Amino acid sequence: MDLLNAIVAFLNYVFVPGVAYGSQLALGALGVTLVYGILRFSNFAHGDTMALGAMATVLVTWLFQSWGLSLGPLPTALLALPFGIGFAILLLLFTDRTVYKFYREKKAKPVILVIVSLGITFIYNGVTRFIIGADDQNFFDGQRFIISAREFKKATGLSEGLSFKTTQGITIITAIIVVALLFWFLNRTRAGKSMRAYSDNEDLALLSGINPERVVMITWMIVATLATIAGVLYGLDKSFKPFTYFQLLLPIFAAAIVGGLGNPIGAIAGGFVIAFSEVTITYAWKKILVYLMPDSLEPSGLVQLMSTDYKFAVSFVILLIVLLIKPTGLFKGQST
Amino acid sequence: MNETLKNTMLFGIIALLIIYVGFVQSWNSALLIVAMGLISSIMALGVNLQWGFAGLFNVGVMGFVALGGLAAVLIGMPPTEGAMRAGGWNVVGALLLGAGTVFAAIILAKTLAKGWLRNLAVIAMLVIGFFVFRGLLDPAVELVEEINPAQTGYLGGLGLPVLLAWPVGGLFAAAAAWIIGKTALGLRSDYLAIATLGIAEIIIAILKNEDWLTRGVKNVIGVPRPVPYEIDLQGSASFVERAASFGFTPVEASTLWVKVLYILLFAAVLIILMWLSQRALHSPWGRMLRAIRDNEVAAEAMGKDVTARHLQVFILGSAICGIAGAMMTTMDSQLTPGTYQPLRFTFLIWVMVIVGGSGNNLGAVLGGFLIWFLWVQVEPMGLWLMNLVTSGMAEGSALKAHLLESAAHMRLLTMGLVLILVLRFSPRGLIPEK
Repeated sequence: MDLLNAIVAFLNYVFVPGVAYGSQLALGALGVTLVYGILRFSNFAHGDTMALGAMATVLVTWLFQSWGLSLGPLPTALLALPFGIGFAILLLLFTDRTVYKFYREKKAKPVILVIVSLGITFIYNGVTRFIIGADDQNFFDGQRFIISAREFKKATGLSEGLSFKTTQGITIITAIIVVALLFWFLNRTRAGKSMRAYSDNEDLALLSGINPERVVMITWMIVATLATIAGVLYGLDKSFKPFTYFQLLLPIFAAAIVGGLGNPIGAIAGGFVIAFSEVTITYAWKKILVYLMPDSLEPSGLVQLMSTDYKFAVSFVILLIVLLIKPTGLFKGQST
Repeated sequence: MNETLKNTMLFGIIALLIIYVGFVQSWNSALLIVAMGLISSIMALGVNLQWGFAGLFNVGVMGFVALGGLAAVLIGMPPTEGAMRAGGWNVVGALLLGAGTVFAAIILAKTLAKGWLRNLAVIAMLVIGFFVFRGLLDPAVELVEEINPAQTGYLGGLGLPVLLAWPVGGLFAAAAAWIIGKTALGLRSDYLAIATLGIAEIIIAILKNEDWLTRGVKNVIGVPRPVPYEIDLQGSASFVERAASFGFTPVEASTLWVKVLYILLFAAVLIILMWLSQRALHSPWGRMLRAIRDNEVAAEAMGKDVTARHLQVFILGSAICGIAGAMMTTMDSQLTPGTYQPLRFTFLIWVMVIVGGSGNNLGAVLGGFLIWFLWVQVEPMGLWLMNLVTSGMAEGSALKAHLLESAAHMRLLTMGLVLILVLRFSPRGLIPEK
């Protein structure tokens, strides 16, 4: 019984939140890694692209809610998501045309593009705050839980409850669908193959008649889609606040680098590595250990390795370790 | 138009702008702009050293500035009565032990032969070290934070003259920069950017959460000053008399005089640092740096140690940011970890360097003053603009209220736009590199 309780507590506090957070990070890191693979710079504006896409979705969601439109038990935000994605695609294509294209044609050094993207970050951030303000926004509706802790306790008779939030379920399912579609696109379609060819060897790809501007355009569209989905899922699961997306930049970059920059599979693996490290290191393990240890050995403290205030330190330390030991990441990425 | 004339004119325009603020708003705000402009210029000088001379992209300026602020507290504040006896020594011991563990792990990793045995030994060392560290630190921290939490609840400082904190702030920042540089330099240029972004967030998190060190979000106030207090000046008969002879009230004269003293101190630091960086720029070392920046492969082929030079210049630049951070906390005479925002302390400095002219020290100083002036004045200008835009709208309409409220966010937008536009149309800045 105690063992079961411990397993349920582990699932409830560590595993499920870790999987949901990992999916969000993986989607974010995929966007970063694609920009890196095709356009060859680290896009600092990615966090705020997520914020802007999510903001557009939030606004459309509110509109739908005021119309009385809803998806029943599912959040209305899913219905608004395509509009948010459309907005983000237009935004990124516009940014590319007006800003990035100039430097691409000049063949500017990547670091210049990084600085430019930092400028874009602040413009995006300014726009987001200008339109929706800097405060927390709630746009979640529908059923809160798929399994609630109380029902679970009643059904199983265990003293630990397992709750599974709707947002967590949606996050995981959406992430699986999106990743499957992305890999199908990259590996099976002509456009996807030309993207991979361009990423592997630009000159050879150009020689074989691949149109670089088309590749770049498709990349931005995919990146916008991924960013918006990641932003909306994160916003649904936690809450929508413009500033948190800038802070997400660090774990997202850490995920992309841990997996190997430019490598999509690596980005997904990296997302989960970072998410689980963060959750396990900042979780107070006392609750689980109480069930596993005999009473005499019961831990006195919270058995929390680090306070949650330092969750960013976890991704940072992992990042440093990877840079020191294996700068190409777990899966071979482009690192030099 | 020759160069000297053009530069003099540019600085003259800024001087006029500040004098205009003096006449229209108040001399106090004008002097404050000058003081903060000097500090900003020093930060810009540090970033220019990294970016302009060596092409290193540091997104963690905020962290180095905050470390300087920490130095001001640790050097300047009086020690808390009984804190060292209660748990202070244990805290210090725990920190030494933590550093020792990491050091020992590095030694292990270097000496043992490659293989699973080495990995296991290093991991075991770190894990055991971490638990001993926490076991020693946590109870000690609790004891320290218990001492009069409303007033102190932290270790306090050494009670030394606060001017000493300025070089110490530089040392703190240099130490952090060494750790980052050692790991991230020599790899892709973007990795340094990401690593510095991370260290800055973590330094701020530490300042916010480690109450025994900085009182966290409760802020440390009343950091001692290197200049006299206004209240003492107002009480001194000779000062009041002299103020009256210039036609000032005692209150006005004392606030102005304190600012003038700060400005003189800051200007002295700026001039020293400026002289040093000019000398560095024109030395063989500076020429080597620029050669590396312009063509790393060629420089390496000539036998230059690219990574080592990058590490040097990265540490020096960060140290300058640390000095500026200590100066700023000294002038504010308080450390408020909650106010460190990446926009204000990292991004703004970058705009200063790019607008002023990367690779030119004079440009960095010009950018420091100009952008700081804009930063202070954009908000009233934004509000004025919004008032103008919304003047035609109905009183009490939701859109009008929203727009007026959003004027505060204009700063982000303006600074982003300035950076993008300058990079696009005038990438060499106002005073280009020679």
